[in-house]
Amino acid sequence: MRPFLEVKNLSVSFPTQDGLVRASNDISFTVARGETLAIVGESGSGKSVTSLAVMGLHNRNAANISGEAILNLETGPIDAISAAPEVVRKLRGKSMAMIFQDPMSALHPYYSIGDQIAEAWGLYNKGSKSDGIKRAIEMLDLVGIPGAAKRVKEFPHQFSGGMRQRVMIAMALVNNPSLLIADEPTTALDVTVQSQILKLLKDMQREFNMAVILITHDLGVVAEVADRACVMYAGKIVEQSAIDEIYYTPDHPYTIGLLNSIPRLDELGGKRLHAIPGQPPSLISLPRGCAFRARCAFSHLVPNNRCATEVPNLDEKFKGHFSRCHLTEAQLTEARKSVGGRE
Amino acid sequence: MFKFIAKRLTATIIVVTLVSISVFLIFAFLPMDPARLTCGKACSPPVIEANRHRLGLDVPVQVQYGRFVKGLFVGRHFGEGQAKIECAAPAFGYSFNRHECVTTLIAEAFPVTFSLAIGAFILWLLLGISLGVLAARRQGKWPDKASTVFVLVGFSLPTFVSGILIYLLALKLNIINPIESGKWVSPFTDPVGWLKNFYLPWIVLALAFAAAYTRFTRSNVIETSSEDYIRTARAKGLSEKVILRKHTLRAALAPIVTIAGLDFAGLLGGAIITEQIFNLPGLGRLSLRAVLIDYDLPVIVSTTILAATFVVVMNLVVDILYAYIDPRVRVG
Repeated sequence: MRPFLEVKNLSVSFPTQDGLVRASNDISFTVARGETLAIVGESGSGKSVTSLAVMGLHNRNAANISGEAILNLETGPIDAISAAPEVVRKLRGKSMAMIFQDPMSALHPYYSIGDQIAEAWGLYNKGSKSDGIKRAIEMLDLVGIPGAAKRVKEFPHQFSGGMRQRVMIAMALVNNPSLLIADEPTTALDVTVQSQILKLLKDMQREFNMAVILITHDLGVVAEVADRACVMYAGKIVEQSAIDEIYYTPDHPYTIGLLNSIPRLDELGGKRLHAIPGQPPSLISLPRGCAFRARCAFSHLVPNNRCATEVPNLDEKFKGHFSRCHLTEAQLTEARKSVGGRE
Repeated sequence: MFKFIAKRLTATIIVVTLVSISVFLIFAFLPMDPARLTCGKACSPPVIEANRHRLGLDVPVQVQYGRFVKGLFVGRHFGEGQAKIECAAPAFGYSFNRHECVTTLIAEAFPVTFSLAIGAFILWLLLGISLGVLAARRQGKWPDKASTVFVLVGFSLPTFVSGILIYLLALKLNIINPIESGKWVSPFTDPVGWLKNFYLPWIVLALAFAAAYTRFTRSNVIETSSEDYIRTARAKGLSEKVILRKHTLRAALAPIVTIAGLDFAGLLGGAIITEQIFNLPGLGRLSLRAVLIDYDLPVIVSTTILAATFVVVMNLVVDILYAYIDPRVRVG
């Protein structure tokens, strides 16, 4: 069986007065039902842009989108990129749903949460408003909101951040979607609440057998819930593999750098945290060669200055483990050791 | 909600009282003497004093205010004996120039001003909001540019210019009768006549106000469209139509309620220029005549207090409406 979502060579760019912003470039990945794919990267690496393109949420007049995002529905495959806007709209909420970073602003302040969930339900189900509210109460119950029957009448400002994110999840799942895209769902929340929300997402995934794309910059979050991960840098996927391999044998200097910058409990004692020097390049004028070169600690190891002249391909270094780097496997093993990577 | 309304109501009463006191004080300390103005050349000190007594201005200002307030609740009489005049509650005073209770004058003028205000209000809201939404939806395209031109023209043309232009045009085209147009006809007895009397002044006033509302609606719709919750609505799979109607407009138009309420209240106090141009016997002309021609103090004080009261009361209405629209306001 084919995975539920197949993204192939997806590129999104935005023409601006300063030039073309290549926000995401030649992105390919798949997610199957029951599987969680994490898309990891820093701000501006193209994570959200990619997922918004899958959802068809870019303004088609403002964004150039190419490639495919094929949803393998029971009724047959649909390419969400080339399909008519109206067709994609009817996939949203029903076949694919999305939750966002800031639950404070993602709910309409003027409508009760019951109304908002019932509205989503009513789009794809026949039934009265009170049926919708009943369904909303069930969903709120399911996502762990105490006193759902009473709270369904309340407004977003009467909920805490974590509770609002639960409401968002309830609303996204009310039509039993096959794909859930969670865009930094825990970034705006307290650490304790974060893990509750992640657990909830995991439970819901099991309950509904969904494909989940988890967008995050937090490798801790990835470790907790993801099966596979794509690491993105400057609009491109630089590494993609199963989650264990990302952590134990990262195959790209950027991933190595990211893992190194996580504070470790066993390394307390006044040591400075590792940081990746410099900043990501401008997406308007990407440098020739590897986009990460200027910040890479190992590019000098590659002969003939290839990092500056030749864009590395996303090669399958091991089975299911892709990386976009000119370094040889032996050099990468050295690199992992030299910065104290987790062997 | 009840507590909220009660609180706002109390505040409103206090503000109205303070406003009426300040209006009273302002006119009490003006260097003009209404008693001196009652008799022209025939004035001699005894006549002035007698008139001052008749006007009720021979007592300290706080007593005058007390009588004014009492008159509002129980009615009031002016003069004595044969010349005794009764004004029923709510009595605002008596105009010796017009030989009428001020309340009667106001009661005659108010329907005119209200008709003018409500028609213009509806017209400019319809025009301003629909043009604003259109401009926002077609941002940078020709409807947006056309509405910008409209806004510039509407904004920069003062009502005395646009009013006179339209009035002259109407005379030229023979669609207005300068004699008949100034007569008050009730919409309940003669709706067509009422419409005929008012549609031109409505257009004049609406042009002046619609411009600002177009601009305001446009920027609010554009701003709201980029809110996260609009993205959420889109992610739910709602159609653009529903998103605009139910999600964007609800939030974008909420602030318009505030200014619309205040603009409307301001007009209720009298649209002086428009009423003057179209010869409409409304509150604006009543005040204008009282100030410029008669120096008719009871009328001036009453219309001023009334205009201020409209604003304060409308503010209350807006607050209550707003609490209904925006649930975040309800607490407290």
